[in-house]
Amino acid sequence: MFHQLSRLSIALLFTLLASSPAHAADPALRLATTTSTANSGLMDFLLPRFTEVTGIEVHLIAVGTGKALRLGREGDVDVVLVHARRAEDKFVADGYGVDRADVMYNDFIIVGPASDPAGVADSNSVAEVFSNIHASEHPFISRGDDSGTHKRELILWQSADKTPSGSWYREVGQGMGKTLQVANEVDGYTITDRGTWLAYQSKLDIKLLYEDDPPLFNPYGIIAVNPARHTDINYSGASKLIQWMISPEAQKMIGEFKIKGQQLFVPSAVNGS
Amino acid sequence: MDILLASCAEAFRLLFSGDPDTWEIIAISFRVSSLAILCAVPPALVIAFSLAYGNFFGRRLLILLFNTFLSVPAVVIGLTLFIVLSRQGPLGDFKLLFTQTAMGLGQFLLCLPILVCMVHVALQAADRAAWETARTLGASRVRAFFTVLYEIRFGLMAALLAGYGRIISEVGASMMLGGNIAHYTRNIPTAIALETSKGAFAEGIALGIVLLFLALMVNALLQYVQGKGSINP
Repeated sequence: MFHQLSRLSIALLFTLLASSPAHAADPALRLATTTSTANSGLMDFLLPRFTEVTGIEVHLIAVGTGKALRLGREGDVDVVLVHARRAEDKFVADGYGVDRADVMYNDFIIVGPASDPAGVADSNSVAEVFSNIHASEHPFISRGDDSGTHKRELILWQSADKTPSGSWYREVGQGMGKTLQVANEVDGYTITDRGTWLAYQSKLDIKLLYEDDPPLFNPYGIIAVNPARHTDINYSGASKLIQWMISPEAQKMIGEFKIKGQQLFVPSAVNGS
Repeated sequence: MDILLASCAEAFRLLFSGDPDTWEIIAISFRVSSLAILCAVPPALVIAFSLAYGNFFGRRLLILLFNTFLSVPAVVIGLTLFIVLSRQGPLGDFKLLFTQTAMGLGQFLLCLPILVCMVHVALQAADRAAWETARTLGASRVRAFFTVLYEIRFGLMAALLAGYGRIISEVGASMMLGGNIAHYTRNIPTAIALETSKGAFAEGIALGIVLLFLALMVNALLQYVQGKGSINP
């Protein structure tokens, strides 16, 4: 048995070594972005074209905005594409990032039970939506994970002058998809980005109740990690990616990207040259 | 129920239509996990032998520690290595975070305690006389070592399968250390997590079935080797 086993393991070893990864030595550009851009398929749509134009391969790491900024701060990635304007400005002000550019925006929507006990659908403003939910004490599911969506939710509670607490307010600490599933199970309210909603909609009983309001718009910014802080990061690659993302070609592609016939992101670069 | 049926159909389509993306994910999974366990076997054998036959200070404490490490959550291994490998960490200069090497390291640490503990138990159960007889008959230490290994071959096989089973299906550490980068560090478990978060449940279950199917193949192969070579040696 030992002979057979050793022959087997030697064969296995050679197979493994022969299939050595082509990527290992490449100075690939490391981009940390949010699950909303990665899971919607937008980056899979854009990045191959960027690689074609520049020859730069991109390693895409999809995490929450909080973690993406942290990875940038520590120099573990070269460039970040995130959506949390306040945190982004702080990131740049603290000297962790440079060359911030607006890329696009998508929007958040409020979803909840079809019976809508808090009267969200009839609200006239986002502040009213949140104070109505607060008053009804109907279950509200919060991401609770320091993601861009969670940060926005907290800002919206603030703008409604309410502090969510009590057994009706449930922080699940999970991604958007999981949070929608939880909201569906308890027939509660939640705030979600439109992309994840479109992906999950057909599996859920909860309904879209409130949308199309500027406070719900969600701008994405791209920021290069400050090369002065981390000397050996791939700053030239990061610059090229930023330039390309705000170029007319990429902006046009962003506008054309659709899921189930719906446009997800609106291009918004100001200095598209 | 529909989703389970659809998933099974999807799993077989993914497996047998030669879908390049799926096979790439499978290849990455097996490559990283196989290298990790191959690297873990030699140190695990040395440690298990020392624990079983050695007589040194702190031996029982080490056994206790390795037994405790059996229950360490993969995420904790992932997080610890993440901090160590991050650019601000002690090994940051090697730029290992978000590479296959980092994933392999995590899996190495995850399967090492399993291998050590199970081989140690197998050695305890084996007849100590094998070692002493071999030595008395003039066998060198190395020769005696392999004699004993042969004696515990079934325990060894079980240890390998248990260790491999843990790391090939592990998601927490791989997600954290590899970053689930497409075509590079996306393995079967992290791909399942991704499909789930996208709401593509059928694809997620399908990949799970793929993993189970391949595990079945590996086990069947090993059982064949085992059965043929050992019932009447």
